[in-house]
Parts: sequence; C-alpha cells; structure tokens
Amino acid sequence: MTLDRRNFIKLMGGASTLALAGCATEGPAVGSSTAIMPKGGARRVVVVGGGYGGTIAAKYLRMLDQSIEVVLIEKNRQFVSCPFSNFYIAGITQDLNAQTIGYDKLAANHGIKMLYAEVTAIDPAAKKVVTTEGTLDFDRCIVSPGIDFRTEEIEGYNSRTAEAFPHAWKAGAQSTLLRNQMQSMADGGTVVISMPLTPYRCPPGPYERACLIAHYLKKHKPKSKLILLDANPDVVSKKPLFTKAWSTYYKDNFQYVGGKKVTQVNVSGKSVSVEGIEDFKGDVINLIPPQRAANIMVQSGLVGDDKKWCPVDAVSFESTKHKGVHIIGDATALPSDGPPMPKSGYSANSQAKFCAINVVNLMNSKPTVEFSGINVCYSAIDDHQSVSIAQVFALANGKIKSSATAISPADFSLAKDEHAYGESWLKNILTEMST
Amino acid sequence: MKKRWSGWTLAAGALALSATAFAAPPSPEMISFACAGCHGTNGGSAGLTMPTLASQSKTAIVDAMKKFKSGDRPSTVMGRLAKGYSDADFDAMATFFSKQKFHSTAQTIDAAKAKQGADLQEANCSRCHLEDGKEGKDDTPVMASQWLPYLKMQMSLYESGKRKMPEKMAEKVKNLSPQEIDALLHFYASVK
Repeated sequence: MTLDRRNFIKLMGGASTLALAGCATEGPAVGSSTAIMPKGGARRVVVVGGGYGGTIAAKYLRMLDQSIEVVLIEKNRQFVSCPFSNFYIAGITQDLNAQTIGYDKLAANHGIKMLYAEVTAIDPAAKKVVTTEGTLDFDRCIVSPGIDFRTEEIEGYNSRTAEAFPHAWKAGAQSTLLRNQMQSMADGGTVVISMPLTPYRCPPGPYERACLIAHYLKKHKPKSKLILLDANPDVVSKKPLFTKAWSTYYKDNFQYVGGKKVTQVNVSGKSVSVEGIEDFKGDVINLIPPQRAANIMVQSGLVGDDKKWCPVDAVSFESTKHKGVHIIGDATALPSDGPPMPKSGYSANSQAKFCAINVVNLMNSKPTVEFSGINVCYSAIDDHQSVSIAQVFALANGKIKSSATAISPADFSLAKDEHAYGESWLKNILTEMST
Repeated sequence: MKKRWSGWTLAAGALALSATAFAAPPSPEMISFACAGCHGTNGGSAGLTMPTLASQSKTAIVDAMKKFKSGDRPSTVMGRLAKGYSDADFDAMATFFSKQKFHSTAQTIDAAKAKQGADLQEANCSRCHLEDGKEGKDDTPVMASQWLPYLKMQMSLYESGKRKMPEKMAEKVKNLSPQEIDALLHFYASVK
C-alpha cells in the first residue's frame, strides 16, 4: 500500500484498524503523535532496528561523521542472536548469555542516542518515524527491521499456534520453548521441523538445526526420530555438506523430505498437513512459517509488488518505493546477478557499513561508493564440527554479484578448526555490535 | 575500475546529488570494513582464534592474502574469500589495517612462561620481530597481543609443514624445544 496521509494518521492513532500478523501474544502497538527528541539544527539519521544491521549502521555513521546525530530505535533492551541459538535449542549450550548483547556500551562509546520504543510507522514523505513513545524527525533513515511471518498462508494458524508449535526463528523465548519441549519429550517420540520456501532468514539455519536436534536425540533419546519437511524441492544451502553430515552421523534417526510445504496446522491433533493430502504427526513440532519483511515495512508501503520484501537500489540501498529511506538486512530484495546475498547476519553487517558510508557521503554531498561486502556463515553439524560458506559480493552493472563463493571441503577435514573459528566469529561480530 | 572513475570525474557536477545514478569504486574503507565481521572493528579481534589485523605490517597482509588466494598458505575461509579480491583490493585493505592503532588484548598468561619467552625472543627472534613483536617489518607480522589460541594454531600449522616456515625462522625454531616455543607464544600474547 502507498502511505497516504489518511493511512498515516490511521497508523498513528488507530493501529487497531490494521490487521497485524506475526506477534503471537501482543496486540498491535499504537504510535504516539507527540513530538519527541526535537532535532534542532543538527543533521539526523534515525536507524530503526537494533540487530545485526541496525547496530552496525548506527556505529559506523558515528565513526565516519561525528557531526551527524544518530538515533537508534529498538523495542527490546537486549538483543539475542539467532546464529548459535541452535546450540542452545539442542542442549549443547545451557543458556543464551554468550549470544545476548545490550546497547549501553555501544551508545556511550559512539554517542548514539538510544530510543527504546516500537516503531509503528515510517513516513518517508514527511521524514518522520512514529513510535510508541512519540514521533521524531529525520533527514535520512536506515531501516534494518528483520522479518515477520506469513502465517496467513497456513490454515488454522492463530495467535496461540507459536506457543504449541514454536518457530524459534527469532531467538529468545521461542528458542527456550522449543528446547523445553524437546527435553520433556519421552524417548521414542518424533520431532518434526517444517521449513518454508526460499527466500527466508538464514538459508542454512533449518539444516543446521536438523543436524543439532538429530545430535541431541542420538545422544539423549536414542529411540526418537527427526523429520525435516522442506517446502523446497531440495536442500537449498550447503547441500553437499549437510547431506554428507546426515548420511554420516544421523542416518538412523533422521529423515529429510523435500517438496513438503505445510499448508495447515492441527494443534490439538499435534500434526501438520501438506497441501491437505498428507499429514505428519509430531510430539514436538518446530513450524518455521514462510516469511516477509517485518510488518512495519508492509504498513509503511516499503514492500514491493510481491507484498513480501523491500526493493532497494543496489547502488545506495535506498528504497525504490521512497527516497530518503535506506533498507538493509533480511527485509531487502536486492537486485542480484546470480545467487543473491543470503539473508544472514554477516550480510546485514556488510550492508550496514556500506549504507553508513554512503549516507554520510550523501549528507556531505560527496560521491557515493560502490558496494563491496562479505558473507561468511558457519553451520554446526554436531557439537564440535562446523562447516561454512564464504562469499564476496560487489556491484556489477547495477546489480549485486558474487565474485567468489565456496563452501568447506566435504571430507570435513577442516570441520574442527571451523568450529573454533565459528565461535570467534560470534565473539567478534557481537563485540562489533555492542561496543 | 579506472574507466569508471574517469567517467565519474567528468560528470561529477551533474551527479553530486544523485544517490543512485553512479558511484565511485569501493573505497579502501568499504573494502576493509567488511573484514571486521570476523576480525573486529578496525581489525582489533576479540575472538580467540582470529588474528588482529590492526597495525599489522602492510606487506605481511598483502603477502598473506596472495598466499591464501594461491593456496600456498592453508586456510578455512580465507582462501575462498581471497579469490573474490584483486591485488589492488589486497593493497587497499592492507594499507587500511596497517594504519589502525595497535590493539592490545587482555589475556590470561603464564607469567613464568612469558618471562622465559622474553629472553628467548631477545636472543633468537628480535632481529625480525622488532620491538617485542609490536612492530611488523616487511613480511614479518606483528605478533604482540595476538590471542594465544591463534598463535598456537598457526605454530601447529608450521610444525605440520602445512604452512611453510620462512628459512630464517626455521633456522632458529629447529634449536628450540616445544616448551620454549610455548614460552615464546606466551610472551608475544602478553605484550601490550
């Protein structure tokens, strides 16, 4: 939808008139039109979202130009990383502490103004962001909003379904729910993972989860089994590595089934249905619904014709729907030549730096620079071995193109070293985000 | 890349306000910032197995990247990533990281080993590893304050022959016991 004046007012005062999906237990947030944080004479960039993309955008903006005021808006006081949450779900780590960060040091070190609030509307024309705490002005806005779920595509899915069939695709309480369900499951039970069609957040994530849950069952519940229902016809990420791991370590308790798109849930019957013709029962069901850009992007008219993802210009990551708003991370649909940058934490990190450099250039009337970025993504195959994909991306003819993409050797000869490097990756990227 | 630059320069006046029409090739910052996802902001590493690149010798970085790319130096992701960059890119990132300020780390170090290592460094390594390993010289990397687990991983790659030891280093190392090597690594890790 286009955000016209009437819709904008509706979003500010009467958000209940809009159907909001994805937040299972909360009602829609209501924005406040009260003006807060008056801008004065300073130039201001508002960054929306304190995850892998937003923290880095805010930090690098300030590193590059201290004369620009930066406000980082985030709903939660802490951020829990999705990468590495599968270790916790599978009982290999005992809490989420190592992957949880706060914002105090980041804000203090770089002079970033934190606003803990939920964004209810972005108005690119008026250059305003509406939040639950009030409305503030911006000169430019960088949005790194993450994803929400297209639960409306699954028949029978309602506001309580995520408690029964956790997605655990946003780390935190959902991760704990899935972990607890598995730990209380009797030996001999069946765990079902259902994953959506691509594109979705973290392409290798469901396959890593399958490895680690199978590892957990093998060790603690040897009579139990795991089924992965993949809506895609075949494995869409690191295929030679995951299929090798499954056949080497988990062939007795794990089954991969491609082309099984779950279209219906039956919570009381503990089952999911594929196209209404095939039912899968599970004692634990991890239902990862299909995804789109976060709801705020739909409401603010920043998604494309597909109503799912946010189209951006590959030269500036500026929204093609509204100038002055830059979008990074999982929510974006980037013009790509060949396989696109995956929706990963590392991609968001690279995109945030690029966006910060160019927003500073634009605000200082300097030429923008072309994109150069990296994606490195480690996936664990058990409690001490990991595999990876490493990619470099650059701009080519107006599109983002990979100049190098390769996965780990399939003999797992580097898997122990890569496990150690994966842990250092988490430490470094979270330190980058929080200091 | 050069061609695009000249196009940009000619048309700069017309393009100054346009975000989307044209852009200059990636700046050294643009190329180098991306490395920080693994190596830490400005190349100062907090990860125990990841080397700090901040204040590293420019030649050492270029040399390492070329060897990663050719496969002469063993790696996990580095060889794969290096293939995505040109020699000019290596030069840009090496220049960027060599200019960053020294990154000091706080590690748990065995003081007795570090003391023994200090004497060994002075007697055996100080002609190349200058200033207690704080200063890189040509292709000799900065060793000071690198994480001990990283130093140990690299030393075991040298010992296995997977990473080729420079001749001058091999001459010295052959006379040192495993215990003395360990003491040296503790020393380098302890230098702030």
